[in-house]
Amino acid sequence: MSSTVMGKAKTLQRIGFSLLGLITTLTVIPIIGLVLYIVVKGAPAISWEFLSAMPTNGMREGGILPAIIGTLYLTLGTAVFAVPLGVLAGIYLAEYAKESLLTRLIRIAIINLAGIPSVVYGLFGLGLFVLFLKMGTSILAASLTLSIMTLPTIISTTEEALRSVPNSFRVVSTSLGASKWQTVRRITLPQALPGIVTGVILGVERAAGETAPILFTGATFFLPQLPHSPLDATMALPYHIFIISTQIPGMPVQIQYGTVVVLLVFVLGMNLIATLIRNRARKNRQW
Amino acid sequence: MSKANQKGGQVISSAIRITGYSSILFVLLILFFLLREGLPALASTPLKSLFSVRWYPIEGYFGILPLILGSLLVTIAATLIALPFGIGSAVFLSEVAPPWLCDILKPIIEILAGIPSVVLGFIGILVFAPFIRRFLDIPTGLTAFTGAVLLGLISIPTIVSVAEDALNTVPNSYRQAALALGATEWQTIWNVTLPAAKSGVLTAVMLGIGRSMGETMAVMMVTGNAPVLPLQLNSLFRPVRTMTATIASEMGEVAAGSQHYEVLFFIGIVLFLLSLVINISASLVSTRSRGRAERLLS
Repeated sequence: MSSTVMGKAKTLQRIGFSLLGLITTLTVIPIIGLVLYIVVKGAPAISWEFLSAMPTNGMREGGILPAIIGTLYLTLGTAVFAVPLGVLAGIYLAEYAKESLLTRLIRIAIINLAGIPSVVYGLFGLGLFVLFLKMGTSILAASLTLSIMTLPTIISTTEEALRSVPNSFRVVSTSLGASKWQTVRRITLPQALPGIVTGVILGVERAAGETAPILFTGATFFLPQLPHSPLDATMALPYHIFIISTQIPGMPVQIQYGTVVVLLVFVLGMNLIATLIRNRARKNRQW
Repeated sequence: MSKANQKGGQVISSAIRITGYSSILFVLLILFFLLREGLPALASTPLKSLFSVRWYPIEGYFGILPLILGSLLVTIAATLIALPFGIGSAVFLSEVAPPWLCDILKPIIEILAGIPSVVLGFIGILVFAPFIRRFLDIPTGLTAFTGAVLLGLISIPTIVSVAEDALNTVPNSYRQAALALGATEWQTIWNVTLPAAKSGVLTAVMLGIGRSMGETMAVMMVTGNAPVLPLQLNSLFRPVRTMTATIASEMGEVAAGSQHYEVLFFIGIVLFLLSLVINISASLVSTRSRGRAERLLS
């Protein structure tokens, strides 16, 4: 009798495991399908002209150069503000902060920054940077908005990377007479660097693909020429995709998919680089 | 070590301290500017009409109830769709799949997390919405349901990674004890591992809900943008309008300081507070359970 109970339990397990496998397959297949579909539909549109020419005929012909350049500017702008601030704040949490009420408040603040909807960041950027600080709709205002949104990712991954460095490294350094900052700069930071770089890329990558925060802070429908200064508004790939898929009737499908492919390659390419750095660092790690 | 060097170190150390506090400053700044631009809405629009059922700004109707309910409908539907897939995949990855399979599957799910929401919205408009329209034979494919499916997809990576972390932190001794008592692996997962990771899984679900509620672009592009009260049975298969989509689609056209502008910022305050509640309670759930687990194991 007990063997039939056991048999039943085994059968149940087999069914259960297959079900879980099926669910996971059903989660993964649409992702692969989605990326492949976009690449297949969009690849024929990619040509040197598409990447390097200005749009013509109400964006229905020509290239998407201003959107590509705009996204590069915004990505760089975001990194310029978010990387130093985020990395330093991560160092503070990992190496300097003691467990106190203030530290708990900082952690709650970071969790909240990570959870605030992207469109609310857009409102904040509009209120503070565009209107109050009179930057206007500009690359500067959009980059600042995006960088605050990116901050929690960079802070958390920096902290995590530093915390994974064994404490003995710090103890040895301090016992040799090094100050706190010397220990951080010469010992812990270099060890944690791959992890930090991975976090920075993942954070900035997310900013590069965002649309809602730049809607009213820096993105513009169409520019006859490339932006000249950080105070100019700019076209950007994500916003351009939104525009050509909802606002322009009679848009050629190939240009739409082509634009999406360019953004996907840009964003997923950064993702891939981050993953490679992380995996290589894990393999080479001596502790 | 030179004096100048030492001084430089001190300067850097205090810079690090100051940036450490910056997150608090930014949360307060965001709150301040939302309140500054959004609170005047309470003066210009009586509470009664603000919480009425008609959103038609051109004629001065600023009832945000349909938008709140629209967000609620789409978020709940998205969560119901994402839950089985998210939790199921997390259990499969953490408890069932061999390591080599995890090494293939996890990066794929990470790819999904990296796809910008505007890209999903684009596919939603061009491929998924027409499919829904034909499949269900309804007048338009731009419905709450279409948005919910996309949102479900968007929140799956969050749910998977947080829930998987929670399952991985369950001590192996729990599983070994159950197996030693003669339980099958399946029984162990259901009766031991999942209950032990309960609060972490709950955190995953809450973060997923937060993610869905705050999503903007994909939802705006595929839900049809109709600010109607979604109270009928078939509301799920009709166009709706969420809070995020309303801000995104209308803020570009309003004059700064106008009543419409103030109300849009007021909706921003509502969204900010909702995300605050969701995230703080999610983090409370996970820290409390960690405390409990540590007590149990000590």
